[in-house]
Amino acid sequence: MSSNKQIKLSTYVETPPIDRGSMAGDGPFKATAEIQKNLGFPAEKVDNWQQVAIDKMAETKSKYRSVQVFLDACVKCGACTDKCHYYLGTADPKNMPVARQDLFRSVYRRHFTFAGKYFPKLVGAKDLDEDMLDDWYNYFHQCSQCRRCAVYCPSGIDTAEISMAAREVMNAIGVGQKYSNQILGKVNKIGNNLGMPEPALRDTLMDLEEEIKDDTGVDVKLPIDIKNSEVLMVSPSADFFAEPHIDGLIGYAKVFHESGVSWTLSSYASEAANFGMFIGSYDVMREGALRIRRAALDLNVKRVIVGECGHAWRVAYSFWNTLSGIGGGAEDEYALKLQKQLDSNYPQPQHMIEFTYDLIKSHQLSFDKSKNDHRVVTFHDSCNVARGSNMGDISNGQFILPREVIKAACNNFIDMPKNTIKSSTFCCGGGGGLLTDDLIDLRVKGAKPRMHALKKSEQESGVNTLAAICAICKSQFSKVLPHYDFDPYMVVSVHQLVSDAIILSENSEQKD
Amino acid sequence: MSLISIFFILFFYISALIFILGVSYKLVQYWNTPAPLKIPIAPSALDTKGVILRFIREIFLFSSLFKANKWTWLFGWSFHLALVLLFFRHLVYFWPGEVPLILYKTEPFKYAAYPLIFGLTGLLSRRIFVDRVRYISSPSDYLMLLVLIFIASTGMVMTFANHHPNLLMVKNFAEGLITLNWSELPREFIFLAHIFPVFCLISIFPISKLLHAPGIFFSPTFNQVDNARKKRHISDWASKNEDGLKIDLENNNEEVK
Repeated sequence: MSSNKQIKLSTYVETPPIDRGSMAGDGPFKATAEIQKNLGFPAEKVDNWQQVAIDKMAETKSKYRSVQVFLDACVKCGACTDKCHYYLGTADPKNMPVARQDLFRSVYRRHFTFAGKYFPKLVGAKDLDEDMLDDWYNYFHQCSQCRRCAVYCPSGIDTAEISMAAREVMNAIGVGQKYSNQILGKVNKIGNNLGMPEPALRDTLMDLEEEIKDDTGVDVKLPIDIKNSEVLMVSPSADFFAEPHIDGLIGYAKVFHESGVSWTLSSYASEAANFGMFIGSYDVMREGALRIRRAALDLNVKRVIVGECGHAWRVAYSFWNTLSGIGGGAEDEYALKLQKQLDSNYPQPQHMIEFTYDLIKSHQLSFDKSKNDHRVVTFHDSCNVARGSNMGDISNGQFILPREVIKAACNNFIDMPKNTIKSSTFCCGGGGGLLTDDLIDLRVKGAKPRMHALKKSEQESGVNTLAAICAICKSQFSKVLPHYDFDPYMVVSVHQLVSDAIILSENSEQKD
Repeated sequence: MSLISIFFILFFYISALIFILGVSYKLVQYWNTPAPLKIPIAPSALDTKGVILRFIREIFLFSSLFKANKWTWLFGWSFHLALVLLFFRHLVYFWPGEVPLILYKTEPFKYAAYPLIFGLTGLLSRRIFVDRVRYISSPSDYLMLLVLIFIASTGMVMTFANHHPNLLMVKNFAEGLITLNWSELPREFIFLAHIFPVFCLISIFPISKLLHAPGIFFSPTFNQVDNARKKRHISDWASKNEDGLKIDLENNNEEVK
């Protein structure tokens, strides 16, 4: 499966000529009957699947203005054709954003438009047959929903919306993806993507407290299920066990320790990630958001803070208020119930980076930056943070704040080439529900544009550390970096950089 | 009145009717379809003023396209700008009654035909010669450009190659369409060949990709304010789901602890 063949890289991104069918295939593993049933989807492909799919398409486009408008508005100008990292990495023309959308759009045209019903050849309308469904499954699972294409589209067409809609239609006919749907089953049942039960979580946190004590001699706590804490911290569950994520979690703990703000994790809502977005299901996504709401109400916290996870932050920042009332400015009783409890002096929810940044700006944290002097750091803007959220409620805050936090903890920071960062950032290649071993070939190829940029920064500026604020990015990079002749351990959490440089006070518990 | 005049008069009203009804239908459809989630795309606007500025940049300058591809931008932008100038240039024909002086001042706009042809030819060349764009093009995409090039060429031949039709007849015909005071149209083939495809485009507007014109204003990625944390945004169908949840919530709270 994973070959360790090294890929030679130039230091600039080339747009390859199209190579038809180069990524043709069966797509990722399909969800089993049991996995599908857990989420309320048909266990296997239904008999009259075509009709069900068309009906679901009609429903989806009537519920989402984005889908309806985007299906109509594309003029095929080609602006997006060389913007997708999967196209740049694979050269398969169906990985060009517009061509990916066209898999869905051609069926829309055939079934829902005058021109497509009567002149299908003329306007490229196609029937939804077995071949088309296979293409849907294969190529809508070669989209990480990173929205880079949408930044360049003159009509603002966002392929992620189409890709989500297509996945939702496929789930409705019983054709689901194993990886995402299995994880969603776990989080709905146990509370996190790993399926890590409360006792195991508690043990892990205790081990970490000991580890920090050994390292620093300071009692830094990682509290869980403590009622009436000031802050509920919701982080991706990868932070509890995966490298390098776990060092980021230690970083959050140290920052909270220094801030004197009481905080707690929740065993019931021990997952910030929300794969419901990946499968385009409002209901499943809401389930995830409701767990956080319930935990916030139950633990009676004043603030909700989200850890380093890209799509989780998009869901939290952009969707939580809608889905479950975690936010502000509500007028309805349902959302107000929670919003009255939350402290309106702070944005709700907040990102951990915002929390740390505010402390830095108010001089409440001190750093020994020389601790990071062996590093030359660059920052990978995670796609969902960069293009689907904000931080600090200032324009472009999502680009500014993480860089400021890094610079507060490190002396050597260099950005990667301009067209590969901030709103033009390249996806790591593993987002959107694709971080699974059965897609490793795609993941390696999809990382190529990011690797090009990193190679350039390595050669020109000696960059040796790649900081990220997304659990998926961190896992994906750890896996694919060796394929491009990089050290897999060069990936770090931004809060690991904070953790390594922060100066801890002996006992700052509740310094008010 | 000649049959050919009657045909074109009817064709005009039919295509205008299809245009108005069809576009209204689409506008109502877009308007009535909720955008249940906040999905503005970076660089997103933090307030309404930002959204307006964003639309100004996108509509007048094609700023996203500029970021994406300078050639496509150059061709696309000059084509659209020329189209706007030529629209104003043509208003003089349709204006009922006394024509305002300013419309006569649009005379130099006729030179916009050159950037129009330049832009359209550029776009067509990209479709033919860039493998990626060729891959995504349907026959209708080529046809649309060819029709526009044809319209532009016939217009240019009339304007610049001294094949003017009887301009008084054109004016009376066009004005008559608006004032319902119909009159004969000039029979010059080139004039008929110029207006026929224009009427065709007007009538296919609501069923074709020309819908990108109204569509862009409804793009949630462009028109939403990025303030999801500050203000609750919820669609009708989603808040209906919530009524049941309130009760759920009370029960679930029991279970959580």
